[in-house]
Parts: sequence; structure tokens; C-alpha cells
Amino acid sequence: METRPLPHIGFPRVTLHAPRWRRPSRARLLVWGSALLVAAAVMLPPLYLLLRAVGAGSQAWSALLRARTLIIIGNTALLAITVTAASAVLALTLAWLTTRSDLPGRRLWSVLTALPLVIPSYVGGYLMVASLGPRGMLQGWLEPLLGIERLPEIYGFPGAALVLTLLSYPYALLTLRAAFQRLDPAQEEAARSLGRSRRTVFLRITLPQLRPALAAGSLLVALYTLRDFGAVSIMRFNTFTRVLYIQYRSSFDRSGAAALALVLVILTLAILAIEMRLRGRGRIHSNQASAQRPPALVPLGRWRWPALAFCSLIVLLSLVIPAGVLLYWLVRGLLSGEVLMPLLQVAANSILAGTLAAVLIIAAAIPVAILVTRRPSPLAHGIERLTYVGFALPGIVVALSLVFFGSRYAPSLYQTLPLLLLAYLVLFLPEAVGAVKSALLQIHPNLEEAARSLGRDPLQAFRLVLLPQIRPGLAAGAALVFLTTMKELPATLLLAPLGFRTLATSVWSAVEEAFFAQAAAPALLIILTSSLPLAYLVLRERETAA
Amino acid sequence: MSQEHRSALRNHVSRFVWLAVISLVALSACSGSGATPADDSSAAEPRSLVVYSGRSESLVGPLIEQFQSDTGIQVGVRWGTTAQLAATLLEEGSNSPADVFLAQDPGGLGAVEALLAPIPDSILNLVDARFRDSAGRWVGVSGRARVVVYNTDRLSQADLPGDLWGFTQPQWKGRIGWAPTNASFQTMITAMRVTWGEAETRRWLERILANDPKVYEKNTPIVAAVGAGEVDVGFVNHYYLYRFLKEEGPSFPARNYFLSNGGPGALIMVSGAGRLASSQHQETAEAFITFLLSRQAQEYFAQQTYEYPMAQGVLPPADLPALETLQAPAVELSQLADLRGTLELLQDVGALP
Repeated sequence: METRPLPHIGFPRVTLHAPRWRRPSRARLLVWGSALLVAAAVMLPPLYLLLRAVGAGSQAWSALLRARTLIIIGNTALLAITVTAASAVLALTLAWLTTRSDLPGRRLWSVLTALPLVIPSYVGGYLMVASLGPRGMLQGWLEPLLGIERLPEIYGFPGAALVLTLLSYPYALLTLRAAFQRLDPAQEEAARSLGRSRRTVFLRITLPQLRPALAAGSLLVALYTLRDFGAVSIMRFNTFTRVLYIQYRSSFDRSGAAALALVLVILTLAILAIEMRLRGRGRIHSNQASAQRPPALVPLGRWRWPALAFCSLIVLLSLVIPAGVLLYWLVRGLLSGEVLMPLLQVAANSILAGTLAAVLIIAAAIPVAILVTRRPSPLAHGIERLTYVGFALPGIVVALSLVFFGSRYAPSLYQTLPLLLLAYLVLFLPEAVGAVKSALLQIHPNLEEAARSLGRDPLQAFRLVLLPQIRPGLAAGAALVFLTTMKELPATLLLAPLGFRTLATSVWSAVEEAFFAQAAAPALLIILTSSLPLAYLVLRERETAA
Repeated sequence: MSQEHRSALRNHVSRFVWLAVISLVALSACSGSGATPADDSSAAEPRSLVVYSGRSESLVGPLIEQFQSDTGIQVGVRWGTTAQLAATLLEEGSNSPADVFLAQDPGGLGAVEALLAPIPDSILNLVDARFRDSAGRWVGVSGRARVVVYNTDRLSQADLPGDLWGFTQPQWKGRIGWAPTNASFQTMITAMRVTWGEAETRRWLERILANDPKVYEKNTPIVAAVGAGEVDVGFVNHYYLYRFLKEEGPSFPARNYFLSNGGPGALIMVSGAGRLASSQHQETAEAFITFLLSRQAQEYFAQQTYEYPMAQGVLPPADLPALETLQAPAVELSQLADLRGTLELLQDVGALP
């Protein structure tokens, strides 16, 4: 353990020997206590899976050992790698264009390119088929013009990879944008002045500094791909999660499904290990993080038009087409005299659940992030890694685990808002931990230690010194959690209080029965309400950088 | 502020926080354990009911509202898919807050049958014996027929074969849409296994697979794909088509075809209702199921959701063939609950991953 100044008014007293055991401070108790509580919460789904899998007969395990299982693991890995790589390239390009270049309309592109994150994958997949499928809307327009009767198949791997990349690259984009804005341009400028080309500077100076952010963002993309069910089922690509759902749905066999889900947990742990390795040391705090200048923008010159075309294409595919199809459904329904369900209460419920989830999850993320950045230890890292397990599990598994524990051990909380929030916590915690952690990494521990040496206790030091500094990071994490909560489905369906409808459940229930106009209105509302915090986030980010 | 002041304040704050936490916990414990039993012991007439509905709100929501306004009984509904809710019921076991389970298919009800309480004969007898559990634990409420939906620009009824074997002919290569993950489809396969036997069903599946069917997630996308001409025919339940006709108008180029020679391809899929044995509101639950089988509710199914009514004496939708003419296979519904065998067969022939 490293030695540190004890709280003492006057001169800091430094212990040179290993400190004697002393009563843990209140702050330490608070941080460790809440971190352990969080760890206990995220352990609920794996614990449930173990309980169920132990009950699984030999049948379930032998089903797991079929040759097919290997093919499916291969499929899943292939999809995760492709989507992650494609998202990384896409996000890196877009992040650079919107933060470092003189691309016209950067603010607008910043908001638009982040928005696809709010589209639920089952809606995104459906819309992709409706618009770009072999006989979709695009084909309908092309047929009279060019006589094209069928577009190439979108189903299978290409469709799944396309939809998942378009819906999940914003995870990497948001973390990369933040990292670009935190970069101290001094190093790059120094390298340039020593005669290095832009390319070399980017590859040798910029990219290595972006590595932690790129790894963290890509991790979220990879795990999102792992647990997605909506897109792969509509695109009919057999990943592990799809097989798992089929198991639940077809045979009501919870033990067999649990055995499969445990394999998913193992895959997740493998991905987490890869990320740890790729991330490198990941402790880059500049000493004057808050006193840094914005970098000079790179003029795009003749690349301006291709860059604009690239941004337009991505926004067209990931946002304009889905929103356009929804709007078309809505207008068509309204024209044919359909009466829309009132959505005010439903939207209010969604916003309430999203806001409460954001606040709770940020509060839970702070102690975990403090431990890994300020008191790194194997246990602290272990807890932080654990938070990712819930994020990588399909929603239905997390929901059923809380049904199991909730109905047995907390009947008074079962099917109430607090338990639903706990489910959101288990599902989305890493989004917040990542944001808070990178904000904390940016601030040198000197600052808190200065406050401590001036006689503040750790809690005061946190409140007075750290909190104001990391507020932007907290806001970013909160916004991310809010967006993903808005579209969450399985846990909301099974754990919400009776009669608590959200926009996502309204979309689901309408799509389920092919009432497209009824589905379009809440789906558009999800996009609209989610774009507000996102716009705030991106615009505020610009101001602080400027 | 002096050191003493600060620590005094801190003590106050922490005491307050603890008090708040303790009272919250106490409060929730009271509301949980205290309120419900009080309700039930005095239960001359419990005024509330919890329904888990695997049928969607757009289909049965209006009926539930009707029941509430007729009886004054508050009905809380958890909407979800039949499989999700069945899994939820199994996890909850005797702790379930649910009183009634409405399921889309016999498989869902079969999965939780150990948790269901028998339904009195007076209710069971409203429905033909073919459409209820032989042990009397659940009862059919509405029915859908398996049909072949076809694209009217490409085909006419005369081009379509009389039974499902016709689609194993090579001329159907690449033109069929199906949904092996869909519960209704799997129930149809279960019916095949019961009527044709395991080997014959496997042969049919293998020959259809040789015809390269296009795989869809469930019925709705199949109907959409047939309308769009992505495939020419699809194996679906009859009533999804009407939703499309309503949204897109009569020009939507797809119609249903009822297989003229019947068999498993003309199976009647039953949605049903069961009463949870753990329910504290048995009589209210019974009243609710009785309501679902009332003439009013059954006519709603026929007219609004284009389903077959299950209560005897209520007429089906005008443009549908009568149930008796469909030549559905003689299969007991409880025989259709064996989904595990069907799942294994579908995985074995490669129709499912």
C-alpha cells in the first residue's frame, strides 16, 4: 500500500514505515461499503445462472457439447469482432472529423452521429429490412426507374453486422470524442514542429493516447453485440444470444438456457481480458487537465466534400432511413384514420424511469470508479470488471434472475420501481463506470491531496474538489444510461410495477401485432426525448472545449 | 464552522439518514406482508385481480377494460410474450402475484400446468372438449387456424396444393417463408409428430428444407414478406393478414389459403386462460375467465381480432370458413405441450440452431 499524508491540520505527517492498523476512516467505509454492495447486486444474475445450471440435467449439458455449439460460438465471435472493428474505424473517423477538423456544421454532425444509439435494435433491424430488404421500400422506388426486381439479400451475417454497427458505434464515438477533447495538443504540436508528418503524428502520438478510450468504447460495442437479440433475430443470424432465446421460448427450459448463458459469461470474461490487454496502462492524466487549450482545427481542403458525404451516408443509414420509415408509417396510419393511443403518461413514465436510473447508476458508479482510479487493487479491479457481466447478458436473463430473487426474498419490493431500477443498474452500470472512471483519470490525485493536506476530510475533498471537476464526465455517463434505459425492454416488461407502461413497451406491443402506425409514434418519441440530453451533452462539451 | 459544530451536524445528518432508511424498510415490509392477507381474510369480495397476459394489449386490452367497467374489479395486467411470462411464473412459483395467466398457445399453459388450479366444469363445458385441457386446468378462449398465406400477384388458389406435402415439390424451391422459432409453427410440428409420427415429420421437414425456405422471426414478417413478394407463400396463422389489410388497404397483395385436405396444416391454435393455484382471488379469477367466454367477449374476438370464438354457439367472423369444415387433425391439446421433442427434432434436421 502506498503511504499518504494523514489528515492533520498543519504540516502533513508522512509515515515512513508500514502504517499500524488503524480504524478505517468513514470515507473508506463508505466507498468500500457501497462498492461491495454494487458488486453484490451485479453478482445476482451469475449466481442465479449457477443455481439453475446446477439443476440442469445431463441433457442440457450434452446439448451444449454438440458440434453446433462451436459453430455458434464462432458466429458470435465473428460478429462481435466485425462489429467492433467496423465501429472503431467509423467512430475514430467521425470523432476526428467532428472534434479536430474544420468540417462544416460540426455541432449538428456531433449530435446526429451520436443519435442512432437511442434506436432499439429490434426496431432498427425491422426498419432496415423494411427499407433496404430484398423487396423493401428502396426496391419499390428502384423498380419503376431501373426495373430492379430484387435487391441482394440483406439477411444473415451482412445484415446483422450492418445493423449492429450502425446502432452501436456511438458507444465508441462518445468515449472517443471525449478523449479527443481531453488530449493535450502540446505533444502533437511538438512532434509537428520537429518535422513529423500529420500521419506519423496521428499514428505515433495521438492514437496511443486514445487507446484507453478506444478500448473502453469498443468493449461496450463488443458486449452490446454479444447480448443483442433484436437485430440478430430479425436478420436471422445465429449467435449465442439468439440460441439462448430460442431455448427459453421453445422449450421453457430454464436450466438448459442457464447452461448456455454461463457460456456467454465465459465469453464475456474473455473479451474483458482482451480489453485489459489492449487498454495498456491507462493512466494518462495531464497535470494541467483543466488548463488546456483547444487544438488548432485541421483544414480539410479538398477532402471537405468526401468528408461531408461520408457523414451524410452514415447519418442517412443509421438515422434518416429509420426515422423516415417510422414517419411514413405514422402518416400512412393517420391518413387511413387510425386513432393514436395517448402517449403523454407513457412518455412521462419513460423519462421518470430513465432519470431515476441515471441518478442511481451514476451514484453507484462513483465508488467503483474511485476505487479503481485512486486505490487500485486486485479486488477493486475485480469489482470493476464484474460490472460488465450484467451488461453482456441478454436482458431476459437479468430480468429472470431478479424475478427469482425478488419474488423469493424481497416480496415487498417485487414488481416495484426500486427493483426495476436495480435491474437497470445491473444492465447498464458499466456505461456509467466507464464515464466516471475516465473523468477521474483526467484529474491528478495531487488536487485531492492538496485539499486533504489543507485539513479537509476525504468526503469534503471529494465534494469540494473532485465533484466540480468530474461533473461533465458524470453528465456524460448519466446521459448514456438515460438513453439506453429509454429503450430497454425485457426487464421493463417483467419487473415494472403493474400498469407502468414505457415508450419502449408501447413500441414493442404494437410491433408485435403489426400495428405499425401505433408503433411509429412512441418510437419517434423515444428518438426525440433522447436527443435532448444528447444534444445538451454534445453542445456543452463544445463549450467547455472552446 | 468549528470542528465540533461540523461533527455534530454530521451526526445529525447520519442519524437522520439511518432513520429514513429504517422507516422506509419498515414501511415497505408492512405494505408487503400486512396489506395483502388483510385483504383476503376479509375477502367477501376482493376487488382486484392480477393477469399475466401473453396476448398483446392491442388484442385483449379492450376486453379487460370492459370487464373492469362491468364489474368494478380493478385488473392489473403484466403484458409480455407467453414464453417470458411462463418463465416468470415458473421462477416465482408459489410467490407469484398473478391470479390468471392468459397464453397465446397451449405450450405456454402446458409449461406452467403444475402451478394451475382446476377450473370448474361449469366453465369448461362452455367450450368444446377439443379446445381445452383434458385435465381441466385451462380452457381455450379463442382460436386461430394455420393457413398458407400467398401472394396474389404471383399465384391464385388453384396453383396451391391440397396439403402441406405439396410444398415439398421442387417447384416451390426458394418460394416458401416459414418461422421455425415461432411458437405456433412449433405447435404445428408437434401436431405432425402426433398424427404422422416422428419419422414422417422428419421427412417432411427435410424435404421442405431441401426447398430452401426463407426463415422469418414470426408470423407478421412472413405476411409482410409475402405481400412484398419476397416469398410467394408462407406458413402462418390466419389472423395476421387482417391487420395488414386494415393498415394497407384491400390492395395489399396477399390472401389466406385454407388447405383443402386439412391435416396438421389446418391445425386450430388455441389461446387459453388458466388460474394460478397460488392466487388469493380464486373466485374473481373464475369470474374473469367466465367473462372471457361470455357471448360479449367471444363476439369481440370474432369481430375485432378475426379469431374463432371458442364458446359454443357464437359465430366465427363472416369471411372465415366454419371450424367444422377445416378438417383439423384430431389431436388432444395436452399432446401439443411436448415442445422439447419438437425443439430437438427441429435442431436435429437443422431448422433451428
